[in-house]
Amino acid sequence: MENKNNPPEPDTRPDVKDPSRRDFLKKSALITAVALTPAPAVVAAEKHMDERLAEAFEKMPLSVEINGKAHNLMVEPRSTLLDLLREQLDLTGTKKGCDLGQCGACTVHVDGHRVLSCLTLGVMANGKKVTTIEGLAKGEQLHPMQEAFLKHDGFQCGYCTPGQIMSAVACIREGHANSEMEIREYMSGNICRCGAYPNIVNAIQEVKEGGLPV
Amino acid sequence: MKQFQYTKAASQQAVLEAIAKPGTKIIAGGTNLVDHMKHGLIAPDKLVDITHLPLKAITPTKSGMHIGTLALNSVLSENALVLQKQPLLSMALKAGASPQLRNMATVGGNMMQRTRCTYFYDTTMPCNKREPGTGCGAMEGYNRMHAIFGASPQCIAVHPSDMCVALAALDAQVIITGKKGEKRMPFIDFHRLPDDHPELDNHLAKDEMILGVEIPENNFAKNSYYLKVRDRASYAFALVSVAVGLDMSGGNIRSARLAMGGVAHKPWRLYDAEKFLAGKPATEDNFKQAAQLAMQGAKAYQYNAFKLKLAPAAITEALKHASGIV
Repeated sequence: MENKNNPPEPDTRPDVKDPSRRDFLKKSALITAVALTPAPAVVAAEKHMDERLAEAFEKMPLSVEINGKAHNLMVEPRSTLLDLLREQLDLTGTKKGCDLGQCGACTVHVDGHRVLSCLTLGVMANGKKVTTIEGLAKGEQLHPMQEAFLKHDGFQCGYCTPGQIMSAVACIREGHANSEMEIREYMSGNICRCGAYPNIVNAIQEVKEGGLPV
Repeated sequence: MKQFQYTKAASQQAVLEAIAKPGTKIIAGGTNLVDHMKHGLIAPDKLVDITHLPLKAITPTKSGMHIGTLALNSVLSENALVLQKQPLLSMALKAGASPQLRNMATVGGNMMQRTRCTYFYDTTMPCNKREPGTGCGAMEGYNRMHAIFGASPQCIAVHPSDMCVALAALDAQVIITGKKGEKRMPFIDFHRLPDDHPELDNHLAKDEMILGVEIPENNFAKNSYYLKVRDRASYAFALVSVAVGLDMSGGNIRSARLAMGGVAHKPWRLYDAEKFLAGKPATEDNFKQAAQLAMQGAKAYQYNAFKLKLAPAAITEALKHASGIV
């Protein structure tokens, strides 16, 4: 996986940059630099090195293991784990649905527990192990839950599916897949607009009854 | 979302020093805070992460149990001590949010969560809670989810928690720390009614933090029930919820604890109903009378008048389940 720690294209989404703060940081960094060591700092500023200085102020180091691979990244504190996975690491299997913790499309496992990556700050995953939908299969061999979703048509449009599958795997691991009622209750955090619920329940029941390790 | 500074607090003391500065907020599970930041409801300059502090433990004490502020809602709901001694708390927790959110949400964060009133969330609408003095959009608006008890002309929002309803019923205490040291507060006094200051949800000062809650020993374990009525079978906020703990001897009620969610700006204790039920046999008729007593002083708005019928029916039903007469 290519590490997109330094994306080649500047991100121009309006929510990503705060021009006034960036401008302030640039200016204040410049003023401080000028006050300390005038000549080299002015040269640096002329060469737009202040831009990099501002970047350094805004980003924090993050060490995180994702799908078994260690990553050492620089992230903005406001970047969610979801945006980090999708925009910085190109792991676009994890979906952005509501982005407000209401739909479950962004479900991933952090240290083995299912959480919503849209409400998790990336910096708070420091030192943790994250598993996304990309991390379930073993090479070409799909995870039993992925196989079961295919077999039972556990989806229609497929957008909620990565979250459904991550949640379904956790549901069995937690011991909450002992009946249709229990599965429905413990899968309630994953909304499917197409209404594939009966097939999702069938897929989970088959994996649970099959007894394969999940 | 506005850019902010992020730090991990080295100690409890460091948290107190950090939050004494304006614009600084504590972050733990983040499920409500990050949501608020995305909606533009708040824009802190600095977040202090406390998730690594040793405040997660759930332990028996001489007089009950202590629950650390960082205990996860999922962990707490399945904790053996809680299931054995305070099953009402487990039931309420499992009725709240989704498995993913419960894996993130902490006890302290659950207590600090804010109303889900749509007018509070919609920054284009007036809201005295979000922006004091702008008015209340819900008062004349679509107020189906709103309060029937304890509202003020300023605000008719409800507190959204299930966990807090159980803790209020169970006579829990909140342990709080601040510059002046530790203090305790009855859980029922932690959250406040809106009065003239709906911007304040509770009595936690800006420079204080929650350390945990304590539940005193009781005899409610065998006769507890949490009934939540909502628009879908799971993963929705309560229209009305009822927490019941009964101390029973044969078919008689020695003492009762009742609290409701989804009806007020705070968990709503039903003291009159509790007093009425003490010493009475567990019969449907007594439960209905208790429910009628509980509804005294209720006031509905244009779209939530259904709660005036739903609430007493839910109280009766929850009492039947708790006492085992269904």
